[in-house]
Formats: sequence, structure tokens, C-alpha cells
Amino acid sequence: MRAKVLAVWAAGCLGAGSAMAAEQVVEVVHWWTSGGEAAALNVLKQDMQKRGYGWKDSPVAGGGGDQARTVLRARVAAGNPPEAMQMLGYIITDYAEEGLLGDLTPVAVKEGWALVVPAPLQKFDQYKGHWVAAPVNIHRTNWIWANKKIFDQLKIAPPKTFDELLAAADKIKKAGYIPLAHGGQPWQDATIFDSAVMSAGGPEFYRKALIELDPNALGSKTMEKAFEQMQKLHGLLDPNYPNRDWNLATAMVINGKAGMQIMGDWAKGEFLKAGKKPGVDFLCFQYPGTEGTFSFNSDAFAMFKVAKSQEAGQLALASAIMDKGFQEQFNLVKGSIPARMDVSDAKFDACGKKSMADLRIALKNNAMVGSFAHGHAVPESLKGAMIDVVTNFFNKGGSPAEATKQLVAAVQNAK
Amino acid sequence: METTDSGASATQEAPRFSRRLQQWLPKLVLSPTLLITLVFVYGFILWTSYLSFTKSRGYPVHELVGFLQYARVWAQPRWSVAIHNLAIFGVLYVAICLFLGLLLAILLDQRIRQEGTLRAIFLYPMALSFIVTGTAWKWMLNPGLGIEKLVREWGWTGFKFDWIVNEDMAIYTVVIAAVWQASGFVMAMFLAGLRGIDQDIIKAASIDGATLPRIYWRIIIPQLRPVFLSSVVILAHLAIKSYDLVVALTGGGPGYATDLPSLFMYAHTFTRNQLGMGAASAVMMLLTVAAIMVPYLYSEVRHARAGGH
Amino acid sequence: MPEPAGIDSRPTGDTTMQQHWDTPEMAQGKGSLRSRVVIYGLLGFFALVYLLPLIVMVLTSFKPLSEIYAGNIVALPKQWTVEPWVSAWETACVGLSCNGIKGYFWNSTKMTVLAVILSTLIGLLNGYVLTKWKFKGANVLFGLILFGCFIPFQIVLIPMAAFLGKVGIASSTAGLVFVHTVYGLCFTTLYARNYYIAFPDELVKSAMIDGARFFNIFWRILLPNSGPIIIVTVIWQFTNIWNDFLFGASFSTGESAPMTVALNNVVNTSTGERPYNVHMAAAMIAAFPTLLVYIFGGRYFVRGLMAGSVKG
Repeated sequence: MRAKVLAVWAAGCLGAGSAMAAEQVVEVVHWWTSGGEAAALNVLKQDMQKRGYGWKDSPVAGGGGDQARTVLRARVAAGNPPEAMQMLGYIITDYAEEGLLGDLTPVAVKEGWALVVPAPLQKFDQYKGHWVAAPVNIHRTNWIWANKKIFDQLKIAPPKTFDELLAAADKIKKAGYIPLAHGGQPWQDATIFDSAVMSAGGPEFYRKALIELDPNALGSKTMEKAFEQMQKLHGLLDPNYPNRDWNLATAMVINGKAGMQIMGDWAKGEFLKAGKKPGVDFLCFQYPGTEGTFSFNSDAFAMFKVAKSQEAGQLALASAIMDKGFQEQFNLVKGSIPARMDVSDAKFDACGKKSMADLRIALKNNAMVGSFAHGHAVPESLKGAMIDVVTNFFNKGGSPAEATKQLVAAVQNAK
Repeated sequence: METTDSGASATQEAPRFSRRLQQWLPKLVLSPTLLITLVFVYGFILWTSYLSFTKSRGYPVHELVGFLQYARVWAQPRWSVAIHNLAIFGVLYVAICLFLGLLLAILLDQRIRQEGTLRAIFLYPMALSFIVTGTAWKWMLNPGLGIEKLVREWGWTGFKFDWIVNEDMAIYTVVIAAVWQASGFVMAMFLAGLRGIDQDIIKAASIDGATLPRIYWRIIIPQLRPVFLSSVVILAHLAIKSYDLVVALTGGGPGYATDLPSLFMYAHTFTRNQLGMGAASAVMMLLTVAAIMVPYLYSEVRHARAGGH
Repeated sequence: MPEPAGIDSRPTGDTTMQQHWDTPEMAQGKGSLRSRVVIYGLLGFFALVYLLPLIVMVLTSFKPLSEIYAGNIVALPKQWTVEPWVSAWETACVGLSCNGIKGYFWNSTKMTVLAVILSTLIGLLNGYVLTKWKFKGANVLFGLILFGCFIPFQIVLIPMAAFLGKVGIASSTAGLVFVHTVYGLCFTTLYARNYYIAFPDELVKSAMIDGARFFNIFWRILLPNSGPIIIVTVIWQFTNIWNDFLFGASFSTGESAPMTVALNNVVNTSTGERPYNVHMAAAMIAAFPTLLVYIFGGRYFVRGLMAGSVKG
């Protein structure tokens, strides 16, 4: 009973609050519901309030955005899409193709986004020359996070080649630790696959195979080598890895039970939250063979086509997202780096600084590619089928040649 | 005279109209539900069937492509795994829930003290959403965290219970968690059925010298046949709906070893922008359900009619 | 001995005998100590197995996160803390607003109560019509309605969204109530029909002869004796509607989301931290209303399905 009274009271307060603010409200759908992410996003909300706009929060967590996208489909079908929604990579393109996204070009031109946002991101945040989404961050997926104490104790240096990685893992295993901490979920398996393909064939091969879907590249011996790497990595796992949450795997590294984890840079947040410092307690380095390359994924807020009266709010939101101050603040918390390259790296830690520096190098060498695992290489319709093959091979085993054939078949079937 | 005539006809009019109304009223009352079912169940099924013959990807496209989507679904190795799993899961789930539900009901029917408490203990799993109980089960079944670790710590160091990380056995862990959730409800239905059985027959049978097992097998359980029907309907419904449970417990893994048609359909319809394939898989799922449930329902409903109503 | 007819077993015995019935064993005069031990032993074992997940959840909800990461899930907390519960109620982050899940209870209650009442009432009327007013094809229609129980919600989500959008109730309590009523009708009709099919026709027929009308018979004769089946229906519907996530998330926005959406947002963070203790506490708080319904309705539940026959 008391719960109900409290609930009614709370609802009344909320109702009263929103009734008083007759400002224009921008509704945002996203899945950043953890404490840290919420704190980071609140910066944006306050900025919007300064600009005179209210923020209606409609988060839907789960599945790395899968649930949110389902809800979005329903809302689009019902004809009431939100003003903005968090989207990654090809999902933005898919919605743009359906003609559902609005146009941010006025504010983009005014603020000169095209000059500061890396070209690979622009490919997704624009559609047919119009800006449709404002990017928030750049994540990098070809990282390895390692426990420094274990590395120092065993006198291991960050491996530069895959064989060195295997040798290091061997030493770690013999000393009684788990060489590689991993959570057996399809997206995590695919994140490793990103790096394995990059390591086996370099960025050019990655492009041909995973972005252009050239059947020769997909079915080549190089791809088999990538699968071989996956196979060997599987031998470094502890037996209880299936369906382990990614942060529990990170906890294994933090607590000194495991030596390494191959994961995107949101893992850094876990280290920082546990009070660990880069270079002191943990190491961050590139997956061997991918030094100088940058497989990225970028969260962006896509703006839907809404009534004319709502458009001003969307432009304000886009502008607030691209604000340098917000970009810095948000990414310091999130573990990623800003989506605009003119933000100073002064406040970022060693790993963040390395990421930002590597970004420029990779851009120059045309070695920045969209992450396959996170929807920046192929559209969703293909990505799912390909990840099926990867995760099945990783868990079930089999021959790399067979897996390669299955990959080609999966792409054919899903096209 | 006129007034008498009109008066007489007026009183005749009223009953005739109200009698007609009384004839139509039941059908009128039932019709909203029928209309709703027609539109929102069968209408949507038809829409989904239509979609399964189109080239739809992320959104409906009205271009018919015959059985292409069905072929594409079958070309996915994952689909065969899903179907196979549904058979295993469905059969085991329904059978074990029925068995366990009946067993617990019979046990509880033996004039137990604390019957209410025990009943609540068996029923509560249904009240909890699987969004979080899935995590608890995941931990319990994980060899490094849960039961295997516990039993080993108690001394039985050779104990192995690593089904959930095993490609071939993982689906059985889904059965375990699902049975845990629903068997209490089945138990409650059986308990009610048991409570309604006439004691006189049992007394008569035992006077005639029937043994206890025979009494249960020959007399009591057959009278529970209608409860079996309700339970099967409920359990089949839950088995098809099983999405949250599997996602929370195994994520469909290891790999896609615990995939089910509901997960397959969800992934293709919403996440993978393959509306046509999702619709095709849904249609096949519904056809499978219909193939089993329709004969069953038909026989039970006919049995009811023959039973003298 | 009238054979129990119909979809569900209709009790033909005296229901008031509940306190005084003999188990089949006792009827045989064989209530032995050994069998008692076996029975209680089995029940105790099963009770423990069923309780195990709850034990894990409760223990986890009272531990600090460091102990959880250390990994013994059935160990008692070395350091009991109520903080996760407070956090789940007051400060857990459901998106940008970090006010716990308390604010969403009212949304769920509003929607659930209305949908339960509506679907139960319509279901009762349907059951009444299908069993007491013989018309051709009643059973076929029942079968048609019943098949609707098997339709997975993912199939209906998009078309239903389109419909609700056209009618204009896509993001409102009304929309959610409508959706849950529509897809609850097959169950409520099933339960009511099973129940009323054993309700003595003589009572209804004699009332008709006395001139009673359609609704009169329902209100005066059937409804007062329908207490048990109403409870059964309410329990089933309440559980399913309260715990529904898919419709709740798709047809609500912002602060008007039901509690399952809030719970999901607390628990299923993707790339952020996962305080498992808060998750467990939140789940148990969220399940509280349903658990209450089960515990208090439980006794009615049993009598509901069984007390269908009035000795006539």
C-alpha cells in the first residue's frame, strides 16, 4: 500500500513538473541506461535545457540496442517516431533509405561538421549528401586489455605478432592464470573476428571481404587464416565462457584471474571504475597485426522526420551533441574518443590519447574501417547471418575451410 | 375497440421484439470477441503470411516472390537447429511439467500441513519476470559459479554439471529453467481437479480391493483429462512464447545451439531487417502449432459435446 | 455418477468436504508413517529446488558488488547491505532519470487493473454465451477463439502498432489496455467457458421460464457464483500483463512506461556497469504485486478451479 502511495505521489510530482514546463520537448530513444552513461548523457540534457528545450527520455535497454530497434519499428509503424534515436552504422542508412530521417544539413554546414568529423563516420552520418545523424563518439574494437601485474611478473611485453600472442598466452597459462577472458555471446565473438580478419589480411583485405563482400576475398585462404586465429584463441579460454557478460570477463582481468581480454574500448570504463590506472595496473595495446589500423564504431543520434514545429528542437540537439565541451565530457566517461577531431586530448588518459593519435595515422593511411561486429561494415540483413557463422565456428569448432565456405554461403543467402 | 386492438397488438409486439432481441443478444455479446479475434488474430496471421511471400526487408514491400523466403529460411543452418530444439524443448517441457505438476498435486493432496506455504513455493516462479531470474539461473547452471562449484566444494570433487556450456546439452538447461517456471501453475490446476473428484468412487474402489496405484491410475487420473487439456494449451502457449527465458539464460548459445524459432523470428523480423524471412519462419511455426493443437482441440471439444452438453 | 463433461474437470463431490476428505490411502485404511515420511521428504526436496533461484537472488541482493564478483553465489553475504534495495527503489538509473523504479509502478497498475477488469468481464460473458445459449457452431467459434492463444506477440507487434497509430492511441494507457485486453480474451474465454459448462443448466432454464432476460440471468445467477473463476482469471491475466515487456515498451513513451520497461533498463545495460545486486533487488520489488496476488489469491485459486459445481 505504501508503495502505491509513494508511486502516486511520485507520479503526481512528475506530472506537475512537466506541466509547468511548456517548452518544446525533444524525445530521445537510446539504450544508455547505466549510471555512468546516464551521467554522461545528462550533460547533454542540461545543455538542451540551457537552449530552452526539454528532454523526454524514452530509453529501452537490451541486446545492445536490439530491443530499442524493435520498439522503434513499432513506433514508426504507428506513425509516432521520436525526435531522435541512438543508432549505429548501417542502421542509420537503412532508415534513411526508407525516407524516415530528417535533415541536419543547415546546422551541419553552419558549424562546419564536415571539416572535423572523420570521413568514414560521415559516410554513415550522411545520406545522399544530407546530414541525418549527429555522431557522439568513436569506439575502437581492436584493443587488447591486459593485467599489468601478470605481464610484469611473467616478463611479457605486449605481443606484436599473433605467434607472440600465443607464446605469451602459453606463459600465462603455465603460471596458472587464464590466458584470455571472454564472454561467449555472438557480438563478443564477432568483436574478436574483427581483429582476426584485420590481422590476417590487413585493412585492404578487411575492406574487400567484410565491407565489399567480394566472394573471392570471403572465400580466400586469408579468410581461412582468420578463422584459424579464432580457433587458436578459443583454446585460450576457460571452459565457463559461454554467455558470460562482457564486464564479468573484464572483471577477471581486473582481479588478476585472467591475463587478457580482446574487447572494444568501453572495457576501459570498467578498469577506471575499479580504480585502476592505465600503464600502472592495466595495459592497452592493439591486437597483434592490427597496429596502425582502426576498426571503429560510432554511436550517433539520428533525427527522424517530424512535424515542422519539432524541427528546431532536433537541430538544437544536434548542435548540442557536436559541442566540443559535450564531446569531451561524454567521451571521458564512456571510454571512447570524440567524434570530432578538433577536441584536445589533454584530459584523456594514455589509452584515450593513443586512440586519438592512432585515428589520425589510420586516416592518413586509409586504414580506418568500420567494425563488422558493430554494424559499420555491412547492413544488418547481412551482418546477422555472417555472425551466425562466426559464432557457430568459434563455439562448435570444425575446420576453418568449412567455416569460410559457410561464410560465403551465408552472404549469398542473405543478400 | 381500436384502443383494445392496438393495446392487444402492443402487448404482442413487445414480447415478440424482446424475444427476437433475446435470440440475438447472445450472438451480439459474443460478436465483439469474434470480430477482435478475426481481425487481430487471423487478420494479422494472414498479413504475416502475405509478407512471407514478398520481398520485404526492413519494411513491407509489395513484390511477390513465391517461396523464396521459405527457401532462404531453410538455407540457414540455424533454422534446422531451431526446429530441432523446439521439438526437444516442446516435448520435454510439456511432458515434464505435466508429470511434475501432477506429482506435486498428488503429494500436496495428501492432507499436508503447510499446504498453503508449499503451494506458494511452487507457484512463485511464475510471478517473476525472466528478465532477472534468467541471470540467477545462468549463474546457478554455470560450472564455475553455481551448482557444480557448490557440490565440488562440499566434497564430491568429480561432480560435473556443465550442460549450459555444452553445445549439445545446453537446450536441456532451458528445459530445466522453463519447467521451474511453469510447473507450479500446472500443479495448481491439477490440485483443483483432484479436489473435485468424488470421494465415494474412491471409497467404493478400495472396498472392492483396488490397490492405491490402481486407484490413481484407473480412476483418478482419467477424470483429470480436461485438466490435461487446459494445461497442454497453457504450456504450448508458453513454449511458443519462450523468448525472454532463452535470451536471458543462454542468449541462444553457445553459438546458436539453443536457438528456437521464436528467437529466429524475432532476430530476422526486427534486428536483421529480413521481414520476409521472419514472416516465413513465423508461418512455419504457426503451422507446426496448428498441426498439433488443432486435432487435439477438436478431439477435446468433441469429447465435451459428446459428454452430454 | 454424472460423468464430468467439458474441457475442465467439474467437481462432483461435496466441496465443503475439503477439510474432512480422506486421501485414497486413508480410504484404504493405510495411512502409514513410512508413506508420510516419503511424501514430506519428496515435497521438501522439491521445495528446496524451487526455492534455490530465489535464495540466490535474495542473497545477491544483500551483497556488495565486490563480493558478487568474487563469485560464490550461495554464500551468505560477509557484509550485509540494504543499499541495493534502496538503490533499486530510489536511485537506480532508468535512462537519464536516476530515480529508481518507484515511479513506474503507477503506470503498470493503471494499465494492468483496467485490462484485467475488461478482459475478465468480456471473457465471462463469452463463456456464458458459449455454454448457456445453444446455437449452432458454438463449439467451432470457441475453437476459433482458442487458437488465438498461440499467436506469438512478435507477429502482431507491427500490424497492431499500425492500427493503434491510425486510431491515435499508440502511446497511451488506452492503447496498452486495448492490446492486453485483445490478447487476453482467448484465455479469459477459455477459463470462463470451462467453468460455466459445468454450471447446472437447470438453474438457468428455470430462470428463463420465469421470464428472466439475458443479462439478468448473468448478473443474478451466474456472476454471484463465479467468484472462484474470477480469481483464477484475474491471477493469470494480472501476471501476464504486469510482466509483459514487448507491448509495454512499444506502446508507451518516457515517464509513462510500465514498470517492466524500467526494470529492463536497469538490468540490461549494454556497455555500462552491471550492479547485479541492484538488479536482483529491483526484480524482486517489481515482482512484489504479482507475488502478493499469488499468495493471497492462491487459496482462492485452488478453490476456483474446483468449486465449479453447485450441488443441484
